[in-house]
Amino acid sequence: MNKEMELITRSLKIINIGIDSFLESLKNQGVEVVHVDWRPPAGGDAKLMNILDKLDLL
Amino acid sequence: MAKKIELVAEANRKAVERMIAARPFVVDVKPAIEAVAGMKDRMLCHAGPPTELDEMVPSFRMAIAGGIMWEGWAKTPEEAEKMVRDGKVIIEPNHHHNGIGTMYGITTPSMPVFVVEDRVHGNQTTANIREATVKALRYGCWDEKVKMRLDWNRDVLGPILSAALKASGGIDMVPLIGKALHMGDDGHNENRAANLLFSMHLMPYILKTGYGKEAIKEVVDWMNTDSRLVSTAEMAACKAITLAAHNIDHCSIVTTMCRNGTYTGIRVSGLGDAWFKAPAPAVNLLFFPGYGPEDATKDCGDSCVTEVAGIGALAMAAAPAMVQFVGGTVSEAVDYTREMYEITTTKNSNWTIPYLEFQGCPLGIDVTKVVKTGMTPHINTSIGHRLPNVGQIGAGMTRAPFQCFADALEAFAKKIGI
Repeated sequence: MNKEMELITRSLKIINIGIDSFLESLKNQGVEVVHVDWRPPAGGDAKLMNILDKLDLL
Repeated sequence: MAKKIELVAEANRKAVERMIAARPFVVDVKPAIEAVAGMKDRMLCHAGPPTELDEMVPSFRMAIAGGIMWEGWAKTPEEAEKMVRDGKVIIEPNHHHNGIGTMYGITTPSMPVFVVEDRVHGNQTTANIREATVKALRYGCWDEKVKMRLDWNRDVLGPILSAALKASGGIDMVPLIGKALHMGDDGHNENRAANLLFSMHLMPYILKTGYGKEAIKEVVDWMNTDSRLVSTAEMAACKAITLAAHNIDHCSIVTTMCRNGTYTGIRVSGLGDAWFKAPAPAVNLLFFPGYGPEDATKDCGDSCVTEVAGIGALAMAAAPAMVQFVGGTVSEAVDYTREMYEITTTKNSNWTIPYLEFQGCPLGIDVTKVVKTGMTPHINTSIGHRLPNVGQIGAGMTRAPFQCFADALEAFAKKIGI
């Protein structure tokens, strides 16, 4: 079996990063999934991210 | 030249070292006019950041009016409010006077306050003394019973505690709180262990004060009735600890956090006495029977000085039984503490948590970490009715509003020149 077929036929191991609705969607389909509670630094606020960047915190 | 982040890291290290080194002792109970820094005649201190009378919920306004009437400056709530509007009574936050007060935090010149002395750094802090448990001035209640309890605190409880504390040489609150955390307290809303330790230590001195048997019996009965009498002494100790870290150049650690049903406010060590305010959040509550969300005031009180000093909700893993009072599960209580390590600077070696293999409590809330992660401090709290003369209606959990921290970070960046 080539690699592409293997990807489609074998069971998936999924890590969901960030968005809860993707997690719920997979769970509803009976897919096993590990969730990582991630969000962008400073909630994605450009001004605050710029400050954190200047402090070498990003 | 050192990079900015190195200067900030060094300042923050110094701040938490000073917090850990602080040794607050409860040394006395005195009338506020004699002990609260800058307290004057016709002055009333309240919880939270500066707030205008018209911004306050009705129970907050009644608490202020009640304090004024208890002092005998006015006879009615209307007359009391007029005195405030005319500038005849000055109202200011407790934190402007190195003090704290729970819920609406009313402190007037004649009220007895715990006096705490940091014997390492020389700072003195104060906290008002609790009255009844549910219907009290601090929740915006005012009637004959409330007045009588305040009178008794001033005339009986205060003088006897004062004599006993002076004879004891003062109580070292750092080991007392550390032991209480090992016995199931969180130090904010669960204080039974600390209360027992405080009572055990003080009892021989109370019995030897020379006051009449009846008065001593009343005080001993009250120490047995109010399982949280010591809580405000713990909070004054936390205020002394956080004060030791205030006003350090380049320091991004939060040294004040408080609320009053209208605003939550924070101050940051490296930004001096500037306030960063946002609307106080609602609390996820376990309500007493008969009450619901529409009745509740928003998050309230100076009591979250405990969280700033690294206990309270930050030490919930030490007090899993507390979830029966504030809601949630035991695993959530443990998660609250684990999460708070993400936004703090160090672990406090004075105060450890057995369930987490004796790791120190999370200490030194850092605005840069709060903003980066979006995780604001957890707070556990009681809550009162928004209308006067009802009192406490529940307890629960909340989080400080993000906006305070975002605004503080912007001001901090400006201050350090980035």
